[in-house]
Amino acid sequence: MILFLPELALILMILVFFSVSLATPNQKQLQGMGLFLSALAVASSVYTYGQNGTLFFDAYRIDAFSQLFKIIITFGLFIVIYLGEGLSGIGTNLKPEYYLFLTLSAFGLACMSSAVELITIILCLEIASFALFIIIPFRKHGAYRKPMEAGIKYVLFGAAASGISLYGISYIFGMTHTTYLADLVTIIPGMILQQPLIMIGLVMLLCGFFYKLALFPMHFWAPDVYEGAANETSSFVATLPKVGAVALLIRLIFLAGVDSGQFTWVLAILAVLSMTFGNLLALVQTDIKRLLAYSSIAHAGYIMVGLVCATELGFVSGIYYIAGYLVMNLACFFVIYNLAPNGENISFDDFKGLYKRSPLLAFTLAVGAFGMAGIPPTIGFTGKLFLFTAAIKKDMYALVILAVINTGVAVFYYLKMVRAAYSSVPSPMPKIQLKFSTTLLGIFFIVIILYLGTFPQGFIDVAKEAVAAAI
Amino acid sequence: MEQYLIYNTLWYPILTVLVAVPLFGGFITLGIRGDRNLKIWGLLVTVVTAVLSLPLFFSFDLTTANYQFAESRNWIPFLDIGYVLGVDGISVLLVLLTCLVMPLCILCSWSYIQERFKEFIFVLLFIEASMIGVFISLNMVLFFIFWEAMLVPMYLIIAVWGGPRKDYASIKFFLYTLIGSIFLFVAIIALYVTTGTFFIPELMTHQYSFSYQIWIFLAFTLAFAIKVPMFPLHTWLPAAHVEAPTAGSVILASILLKMGGYGFLRFCLPIAPAATVACMPYLIVVSIMSIIFGGYLALGQTDVKRLIAYSSVGHMGFVTLGIFLLSNVGIKGAILQMVNHGITTGALFILVGMIYERTHSREISDNSALGIMMPIYVSFLVIFSLSSLAFPGTNSFVGELLVLIACFTKYKIVGGFAVVGAILAAAYMLRLVQKMVWGDSDGHAHPGARSELFDLNFRETATLMFLTVFVFWIGFHPTPLLDVMDASTAHLVKQVESGMHTSPAGHHAVLNGLGEMVKNLLAFNH
Repeated sequence: MILFLPELALILMILVFFSVSLATPNQKQLQGMGLFLSALAVASSVYTYGQNGTLFFDAYRIDAFSQLFKIIITFGLFIVIYLGEGLSGIGTNLKPEYYLFLTLSAFGLACMSSAVELITIILCLEIASFALFIIIPFRKHGAYRKPMEAGIKYVLFGAAASGISLYGISYIFGMTHTTYLADLVTIIPGMILQQPLIMIGLVMLLCGFFYKLALFPMHFWAPDVYEGAANETSSFVATLPKVGAVALLIRLIFLAGVDSGQFTWVLAILAVLSMTFGNLLALVQTDIKRLLAYSSIAHAGYIMVGLVCATELGFVSGIYYIAGYLVMNLACFFVIYNLAPNGENISFDDFKGLYKRSPLLAFTLAVGAFGMAGIPPTIGFTGKLFLFTAAIKKDMYALVILAVINTGVAVFYYLKMVRAAYSSVPSPMPKIQLKFSTTLLGIFFIVIILYLGTFPQGFIDVAKEAVAAAI
Repeated sequence: MEQYLIYNTLWYPILTVLVAVPLFGGFITLGIRGDRNLKIWGLLVTVVTAVLSLPLFFSFDLTTANYQFAESRNWIPFLDIGYVLGVDGISVLLVLLTCLVMPLCILCSWSYIQERFKEFIFVLLFIEASMIGVFISLNMVLFFIFWEAMLVPMYLIIAVWGGPRKDYASIKFFLYTLIGSIFLFVAIIALYVTTGTFFIPELMTHQYSFSYQIWIFLAFTLAFAIKVPMFPLHTWLPAAHVEAPTAGSVILASILLKMGGYGFLRFCLPIAPAATVACMPYLIVVSIMSIIFGGYLALGQTDVKRLIAYSSVGHMGFVTLGIFLLSNVGIKGAILQMVNHGITTGALFILVGMIYERTHSREISDNSALGIMMPIYVSFLVIFSLSSLAFPGTNSFVGELLVLIACFTKYKIVGGFAVVGAILAAAYMLRLVQKMVWGDSDGHAHPGARSELFDLNFRETATLMFLTVFVFWIGFHPTPLLDVMDASTAHLVKQVESGMHTSPAGHHAVLNGLGEMVKNLLAFNH
């Protein structure tokens, strides 16, 4: 019972929102409920941190690793609900359902971090995806076509990715006669150098998570979905599923063992393609959400740099980086959300003169963007330091050099965002009045990005413990 | 680690304090209201920092090349990243220069900056903290953090308070310097992976293979050459200088450029000595090109600020020349030249700022014939211009002389080229002085604008007076400064000499052949 507490808290939240959706509550109450219940989920995740055990015939494992990811996921859910104050992009009659499906997706992701059996993993992946399929087209503003297009694209790509994953599982099951990761980890390392088929199976299985992470070549949905979905939905899609994907990728890449030969190569090439592709396309974007989508493709590549190492250092760096990415990206979406009172999309022109309209939003954007660009002392810099150290320790110089060149390219468009925010315009728009709670969130983002960047040791210790539990 | 450090024995942890005072002073700024209070607060913080930094000079142990006033603490044990600070003879003068120049930056912005004063003071104090941090870090990662962290405030200074083309200039500055340092980042990690430490003095003691050294050297050199800047990577500098507000230009010229020179001395020479010796001929050639092209381009400028910016390229060419002659005299001359350039060029930018506040133009033609209206101003202008062209009796003379002595003892022909640069400096500075002081001395150049011209007030005179003291002090009595660096430069030269023989350079036949060719060319008059 206690092992399953965070999931139970999320299920409670789902049930509450389900019953609420039958009535017509006002938005304030809804958000209050969401905040309270997701805070409860965070608290229960923290409370169960340190518990160990398995459930459901060993298909579901509770350890430091899974609980750390549950803390990150539930905390991310809390921030997304907090950030989307008023749900300005969502139609009034859909608001309770919106919260319902948001929570359902987070529930799927939380389960994913505990799943240690292939069918369970797919099940969790589907729960997380299906909920998102529904809420992506929820959008009040803009052309009718865009949100629908985004929804369809997400469904089609999601279905294809799941199909590929299942196909990969069929290979793996066919060759190893088991779906339990605990058994696979003893079989696959011996097989992977002799039997290319198992590697193909593994890569295909990973495709489902590449899709969630928006890693090349499963990234095509990202720009359109980010652009078409409401701002608050994008902030969810851009962050939480990636955390879940990283959790699973760590578990699955570990299956292949440290000396996995070609497998490492495949992942490294995907990482390079992903960051190069993402960064180059991000350079020419004018819609900020599209830009962030391409930047997220690039960041997926950076994270893979750590994960392909398949060492403890690499995994720890990956966890640190994805947590940092969550915060930095949410900081940018926080600014976007508050800049668009009617939930419209934001372009560079809307950023212009922001530092006069709202110094706090401009500064939050600067910290978030510089963080993603990897400028010290932000969390993005420290994360890259760890990731690249891990890769060089494995002698992957070429990968690191390509990655830093990409970092250099990326700075240009992040700087473009900051530059727009700090440029003066002849007739600035009216000042933006922020509520106290919004101001608080902005300061929270700034402080956490700088603090975790300067003093990473505390988080690293936790991540290390988690990785030790998983591998 | 202990054998390299002499722990701080002062009653306060001086190096931490030098970073912390401006940093926390900056955060307190955010809570202060009123432009006047902000200015006074900014001045107070920078002056306090400057006063607190003085023991670095007076309690400095001249006999050792170890790192003094050191502090060391664990920071991120995960990757063995320590919080280690210390200064030696190479860095101490640059720290002092930073601390002493910053109050002047506040003073010269007193009436120049009209808007967003709170943010301006905050950014200025933040950049002071990170610049001092660069010079005192003894841990690679710490150094890199300060090195990069400094970009953001400098970018904002240009982008928010800059001139009409600030957008272009600020992004150019940012991208150039950032792209230079991404390979520095890889080199730092590669060194860590090879040696298992980020501690700089320990990195110097390791032996690396020649090809490894070459890669490390190239990565470092790209970053530092952009920062210095060396020809042909200098193009960001004139743009940034012209658009930056006065305080920004002063910081850029006086301190930021010194980080490149400091980086060469601290990292390239001791960590990759064999590579340094192998690449020396090329870097000498590039330095000479910087000197001559910088001077030549300065000759053609009509914008005063742009002229001084190009003269900076030339002066910093002398710095890199002194460094890569790899002799004790040359390196001392280079360090002294860095300090001198900080004082003189900083003062010249302050002078340009003052005249810009009055005539709202930086064109020489709009600012001619000032002698009759502003006698105090032109006196300072002449003093600093003479100092800039290394007139005997001023500070730059000593620095350039040392570098030239080093040239003529090693490669006479290099000395010959460097002298051409010195002559060019005289040509463009005297032309500037002649036009600005006398120009059309009939007084009809600007009938409209003339009435608004008034001479320097007390604040402005005091700002420049402070720097004038140093011009003559170093000009006539440089011994105390040279003594400070003596032990460290001797140690550095010894490091290079002992390091260059250990690694046979056999693998790079092409590079060596080319290097020999250039060396022979340089020394054909020997």
